[in-house]
Amino acid sequence: MIDNISLLTLAPILNVQLILDGLFIGAIFALAAYGLALVWGVMNVKNLAQGEFVIMGGYFAWYMGSLGIHPIFALPVAVIVMFGFGWIVYVVIISRVVGKDMFTSLLATFGLAIVIQQALNLAFGPEVQIAESGFGTGSFFDGNVTIAYIKLVSFAICCLLAILVVLFMKKSRMGQAIRATSQDARAAKVMGIDTEKVYAFTYGLNAAICGAAGVMISMIWVIQPFYGVPHSIRSFVIVVAAGLGNLPGVIAAALGLGVAEQYGGFVFGAELQQATVVGLLLVVLIWRQLQMRRQRQAVQ
Amino acid sequence: MTNVLEVSNVSKSFGGVIANHSISLDVEKGKITGLIGPNGSGKTTLFNSIVGYHPIDEGSIKFRGQELKNLNVQKIARLGLLRTFQQTRTYGKMNCMQNMLISVSHRNANFFDMFTSYPAELNEKAEHLLEFVGLYQKRKLPSGELSFGQQKLLEFAMALMNEPEVLLLDEPTAGINPTLINGLIDRLQRANSEFGITLFVIEHNMRVVMNLADKIYCLAHGEMLASGVPSDIQNDQRVIDAYLGAH
Amino acid sequence: MTFTRIEIVAIAGLLLVGIFGPILFPAYTFQIAVLWLMILFAQTWDAMGGQMGYNSLGNIFFFGVGMYICSVTQIGLFYDVGVYTAAFGADDAKFTDTQYFLGLAAGLLFAGFGSALIAALIGWTVFGLRGPYFAIGTLGIALAAGELLGAWEWVGGGGGIALPVYPGSGDGKSNFFYILCFLSAVATFVFLKWLFSTRFGLAVNAIRDDEDKAEAMGVHTLRHKTVAWSVSAFFLGISGGLFGNMTGFIEPLEVAFPTITFGIFMVAMSLLGGTGTLWGPVLGAILFHVIKETTWTYFLGWQWIALGVIIIVNIVFFQQGIMGWLKEKRPAWFGIEVEEAEVERAS
Repeated sequence: MIDNISLLTLAPILNVQLILDGLFIGAIFALAAYGLALVWGVMNVKNLAQGEFVIMGGYFAWYMGSLGIHPIFALPVAVIVMFGFGWIVYVVIISRVVGKDMFTSLLATFGLAIVIQQALNLAFGPEVQIAESGFGTGSFFDGNVTIAYIKLVSFAICCLLAILVVLFMKKSRMGQAIRATSQDARAAKVMGIDTEKVYAFTYGLNAAICGAAGVMISMIWVIQPFYGVPHSIRSFVIVVAAGLGNLPGVIAAALGLGVAEQYGGFVFGAELQQATVVGLLLVVLIWRQLQMRRQRQAVQ
Repeated sequence: MTNVLEVSNVSKSFGGVIANHSISLDVEKGKITGLIGPNGSGKTTLFNSIVGYHPIDEGSIKFRGQELKNLNVQKIARLGLLRTFQQTRTYGKMNCMQNMLISVSHRNANFFDMFTSYPAELNEKAEHLLEFVGLYQKRKLPSGELSFGQQKLLEFAMALMNEPEVLLLDEPTAGINPTLINGLIDRLQRANSEFGITLFVIEHNMRVVMNLADKIYCLAHGEMLASGVPSDIQNDQRVIDAYLGAH
Repeated sequence: MTFTRIEIVAIAGLLLVGIFGPILFPAYTFQIAVLWLMILFAQTWDAMGGQMGYNSLGNIFFFGVGMYICSVTQIGLFYDVGVYTAAFGADDAKFTDTQYFLGLAAGLLFAGFGSALIAALIGWTVFGLRGPYFAIGTLGIALAAGELLGAWEWVGGGGGIALPVYPGSGDGKSNFFYILCFLSAVATFVFLKWLFSTRFGLAVNAIRDDEDKAEAMGVHTLRHKTVAWSVSAFFLGISGGLFGNMTGFIEPLEVAFPTITFGIFMVAMSLLGGTGTLWGPVLGAILFHVIKETTWTYFLGWQWIALGVIIIVNIVFFQQGIMGWLKEKRPAWFGIEVEEAEVERAS
């Protein structure tokens, strides 16, 4: 491990590689985290199936790739199908637990996560998969930094999607309805907003965002039926660190997390990259507790 | 004529909003002190500061001469300073008897007391106090199933069970049927005269607080506006203006 | 501690099953042993969750920790642990009978008390969290443990540890550990029944119903939370030690810290039977385990999906569980009633 750290100082160009890779993947984390924050902020549901939605999106890309269609075309497919899927899940399951205490909704979504994980495992097998984009790789800085072009494409798509979603929330009728409902559901209802429809839409939108994130994850990284839990944890870490309703914070935390994971994997070894995510979760939660303790409150 | 509770220049703000600004007041031992003021004047914030629910920005709060501002809620409660909540809080899934038993004071509880059982005397005391507030027949029901007024009475009985030295009551008559208010006032007075508990009461009901309190403080816009015996406060033009909104 | 008549009948029934089960169905000894462990799982989870409102998704952490502590003790008392694990059981490290049983006894003891101690020490990392934060925080601890122990070469890393072999026949081993599992479950039940009949039970319920109110009334909430977690950890640690020996080897993610199987079973079973009651987890565990064992083979491939669906259906439609449902139908059985008689005034 010490050797790896000294390697970073001896060859500074390595840092560039790690940081770039971290930013590219962090952008995708930001999307998923935003979706989680959306559902959390609007209906106070902490969606523990978030990562599974991402992996589902990834399998769209991989499956279409295996049929000979370029995985990038999975993006609109995943978005639309996942939106519908999210809507249905809301109506069947989430709508019945929205009002109840928070462990209830957490456990319901965790149950959903298990169903999805195992269904994906049955359908596609436990192998780790990638959706090949065939875009090639570029070499920079005398070959010391390599960037797969798909990563640049993915980053651009993430920015585009983020802008689209933000515009939607600001300008469209539904976006405004969502924001109104998240601030005061009862008032929104009184003003004639169909809050059930808003909730269903929000949950569907979250699923769609995750689906899109998943398509890109499958192209620039890997997917596997049981890799959903770490994604859920990542989103959770980002939202807790940044705070709800803090979009720039979410982006910054997500990019930071991406970079931290790259460094963690490099310094501690690939097996411990997952441990970095969970470790950061515990750090964030402890930090939050210390913060709240100064106000003599608990984290709730 | 000792002051059991001394609040000196206490200030508390939340973000940019100043909830309490340099408030000073004294609560005399064995008496009933009232705290009035229009909505938003900072009364509940002051209560929260006193019982340690949040840290204060400035000032000092002394209970029997002991500084409270750095202590947390549990420690302050164990010193003998309790409060009831504006939105009445009881342990909803436990029955009334259990609510009472768990309210026994934890002042001197050492680690191993956790594992003992409740002796018969405490059960009897709980039953007597439930009878005192008129809830004896409901004692086996989960407290969550009581009506709002009944829960308020239960919360009051739980506080008495704890044998506090000072009890802060946040709007004890709010939401109570007017015909039952007299019964509640009577019980508050008896708690003060028979059990010797010092009361510090936030109230909006003027009839109640003017009859009950020995001394009244009035807050407005987060600051201390006036203080004195009920007849003085009733005739104080500044208090009248604060409530009627004259600027 | 008082036992109602129904309880005595139920306990007698369970004791009969416990004693005669493996005699009548020797082929199922292992499964029934696991049943007792499942009852232990559900009870310890509910002591924190249903009784205290601290729903943990990571209690399996203590199961795994206990497993590792026990095996390291069993091996470490007589051999160098690092050397043993590096060989991955390939070298014939022999344990005499005395060594085995001594190691096991010490191992289980350390597993129980060690887990309890760890719970007391790490409580501060999660007890400032409530509700879903606590759930995710504890899940994080369990996941982290699996990852970290999987990377720690001294305890075998990803390959795990092959445990000392039981000195005796396969049947002898089955019966031996069966008895230990049975006794552990009974001990857990008796201990928890006693614990919740004391002031501790009321305090813990008060924390669940309204922790802020409990604090405002001066309850030592942190003390109670720590004790509850340590008690759960103690029994879970022992169960881990037993299970590790029963399977014969430990693998960090699959055997020691199975968060999405045993870890979730704990919650599902308590929910099914009714949280916050003494018998709910027991009934839920029995029902869950029996259904699981009898249908697993028929649902091959789909069994985990069925589990997830059961959890969802349970939590959405049947949240009160069996005991909760009974409480609604027959409140008098549980002492909930309005009494008309006046109290006798002591004059």
